[in-house]
Amino acid sequence: MEAAADITTASGFIDQKQAIACFHCGTACVPGRHLKAGREFCCAGCQTVFELLSDAGLDRYYEIGDGVRARIDAGTGTENFRFLDNPEVRARFVDFDDGQTTRVTFRLPNIHCLACVWLLENLFRLMPGVGKSTVHFPRKQAVITFDPKTVRLSDVAALLDSLGYPPELKLSDLEKPPVSPITRRMWLQTGVAGFAFGNTMLFSISIYLGLDSFSGPAFLQLFGILSLILSIPVMTISAREYWVASWRALKHRQIPIEVPIAFGIVAIWGQSAWEVLSGTGEGYFDSLAGLLFFLNIGRIFQQKTFDRLAFDRDYRSFFPLSVMRRQGDREERVALAQVAVGDRLTIRHGELVPADACLVSGAGVIDYSFVTGEAEPVSRSLGEILHAGGRQLGGAIEVETVKAVNQGYLTDLWNQDAFRKTKDDTFGTLTNVYSRRFTWIILGVAVASALGWMPFDPSRGLKAFVSVLIVACPCALALAAPFTLGSAQRVLARRRIFLRNPEVIETLAKVDAVVFDKTGTLTSTGTGDVHWIGLLGTELDETEAAAVRAVAVQSSHPLARRVADALGLRSLARVEVKDFREVTGCGVEGVANGVRVRLGSAAWLRQEGVGVPEVTIRGSRVAVALGVLFRGDFAVGAEVRPEADRMLREMGGRYALALLSGDNERERERFTELFGAGARLHFNQSPLHKLGFIRDLQSTGRRVLMAGDGLNDAGALRQADVGVAVAEDVASFSPASDVILQAGEVPRLGAVLDFSGRVVRVVRISFLVSTAYNLVGLAIAASGRLSPIVCAVLMPLSSVSVVLVACGLTEWVARRAGVTGEQTNPTAVESVPTEDK
Amino acid sequence: MSVILILIPLSLVVAALFLGAFIWAVRGGQYEDTCTPSMRVLADDGTVDVKAAKAMDFENNNGRSR
Repeated sequence: MEAAADITTASGFIDQKQAIACFHCGTACVPGRHLKAGREFCCAGCQTVFELLSDAGLDRYYEIGDGVRARIDAGTGTENFRFLDNPEVRARFVDFDDGQTTRVTFRLPNIHCLACVWLLENLFRLMPGVGKSTVHFPRKQAVITFDPKTVRLSDVAALLDSLGYPPELKLSDLEKPPVSPITRRMWLQTGVAGFAFGNTMLFSISIYLGLDSFSGPAFLQLFGILSLILSIPVMTISAREYWVASWRALKHRQIPIEVPIAFGIVAIWGQSAWEVLSGTGEGYFDSLAGLLFFLNIGRIFQQKTFDRLAFDRDYRSFFPLSVMRRQGDREERVALAQVAVGDRLTIRHGELVPADACLVSGAGVIDYSFVTGEAEPVSRSLGEILHAGGRQLGGAIEVETVKAVNQGYLTDLWNQDAFRKTKDDTFGTLTNVYSRRFTWIILGVAVASALGWMPFDPSRGLKAFVSVLIVACPCALALAAPFTLGSAQRVLARRRIFLRNPEVIETLAKVDAVVFDKTGTLTSTGTGDVHWIGLLGTELDETEAAAVRAVAVQSSHPLARRVADALGLRSLARVEVKDFREVTGCGVEGVANGVRVRLGSAAWLRQEGVGVPEVTIRGSRVAVALGVLFRGDFAVGAEVRPEADRMLREMGGRYALALLSGDNERERERFTELFGAGARLHFNQSPLHKLGFIRDLQSTGRRVLMAGDGLNDAGALRQADVGVAVAEDVASFSPASDVILQAGEVPRLGAVLDFSGRVVRVVRISFLVSTAYNLVGLAIAASGRLSPIVCAVLMPLSSVSVVLVACGLTEWVARRAGVTGEQTNPTAVESVPTEDK
Repeated sequence: MSVILILIPLSLVVAALFLGAFIWAVRGGQYEDTCTPSMRVLADDGTVDVKAAKAMDFENNNGRSR
């Protein structure tokens, strides 16, 4: 994407009136330059793809889908993927290989519509030797089979790249986690329970309707035995999780909700089996199967995750899989794992410094915003050390590695304790707190009713005891939280706020301290405001603006870029630039419209002999000289997100607020104003400082929410009770966290906290509803009059009504808390990760 | 009423067949991705040569590809 933007700005002197949209990617382009079959293209890359597709009869690609296609970044050839053929890398990358067939899974972030799926699944028509390819749309993955004797792995990767679907190759891809079969098992368990439920119900209904009255008790016995047989797979397969969980819980001396359920299941099954075998009744097998059917549906509902998002990423997912290594005059792309200390690497614009390294040649302008939180890129001169994780901006540089990839400054953070502990606090959830009391009460009632009946009617006493356990089986209770929290999770996902799991809501509701990162979280990077402060308050006229823009656009320095972008809103007129010169760390100059334009730091202009006044400017200063005279300044500020001030004001009264920034103090005043007097603001914070701050806050009994975006926040996000990772594009890399938030939604954080509190109240209401059912059931059971038909009606009735109450109320409170409604950021719709189970 | 003695096992067998089909579908991964197939069907114009794709896959599997 970034590369595409490059080309646009580099050739950005297109007069928009004559421009025509490229048939492939839609970029404005000069007519007649690339023409094929009566269609205009912006570049050779797009034209090549069109030719390739139309030759293979795949023109349909242009007819279906949403018409959004990536501009083809010509120049990446097979050479760049050659490292994939290295046996070691290849072996870890492919899923399956028997010498005849190779199967590989690529992550293709550009997959976004119908046409993508169609094209990628027709890949075999574009390259002989490629077989079946299957796209997994929610995960943006393609599984491709090919013949390793005719096609190399690098050829496949290069083909995908040339079509505009560059595979995402990250260091973490080498360590593939095994695909968890848990979802499959859940479906199977639900299926088995459903099967048994349906069939047992057929028998039970005929019994309830009085079948035995005209067919004799033999049928009753037969139906009972068949139901008993059907219940065996339910007990062994569908109820498996409850046995496992109860066993584990008893070992830890805990009573999670699974324990009373397991008690109930055993009681129902034991009582029913005894009734059937002794010929005294028909049992409760239909209720048993139905119970497990509903419980398993609840588990599937709760287990929902967002495939496209990864909540457990570490620095390895941030690093590329390969780098350009230079040996003598040869450059070759190698896997990062093969890079040794002392290797020379070439790093181009936009690429990461993969290991701590020493700058050998070129002008280093490194953007550390993601790693340290510094808002502005820093210049590095020859011989200086570049820390891993910085992103090079501008021209290519050459570096020599001084540390191994896994031993850099960045990776030190991951050796902290915070990363070793796993967050597993399911014992503390609302359901389990409630179930602990519930279990003891139920056991008490059961024993009491048994004892109560004992003196008068011992058999009735036993029946009452078992009946209480059966009726009290907290099925509805167990469903209340999964459905409430699960639907709350879905509501938030519609607003592009993604939770690691539904339980995060409960933790969110307990939060009483909120800590923000500055750069990238409260302020938006890149889109910050650019203000012109002219000498004596004068504005730039059209010609001046065009000339300044023409010079600025030539530079790749981020400040120059932002100035160019801001001026680009005024005019895109084509101006030729002569004698362009860029002085690293100082500024740029060039002659445009016959005027010598210089823009850069005030110090540099003074050095050049321009009289630049001393002024204080909020944000970064870009001074402009036209000819020999100072013309004015651009103030380029990192902008605080719209509505963030309102959110901070509202949160101020309810939560302890704090700001942790890796950046310097120059914006302290501005943020003191935003946060109010009571907040703690800390600048120049290292990742370890941030982590320590959170830990200190927690030791004073606070429940902390940390919102941050960069790797420098990774430790703090992990340590915090709730870590909120803020990402411009939710599908791209974000550090390990509990919540992933689309950057534009940061000002909604207050509403999300409010919503979470309300959702927890909904859970409590659902508990009350299910308890009410249990009380009705208990009253019947304690009197010893429980019959299978009462149970068969009560059980589904309570479950379904609790589910309806839970889901309905959640939607309602979502509306009250203001977390529903239209998306605020329509441009980001394209990358919405599709929900999947 | 004795016909019910035949009908009950029959109904159970039919239900078991469906359960079997369900298990087969889950095992085969049909529940892994419930989104892409719904898109695939929209893009399908009927001109895609399914046989050719299968033949290619078959060839690959047998190592006799072009």
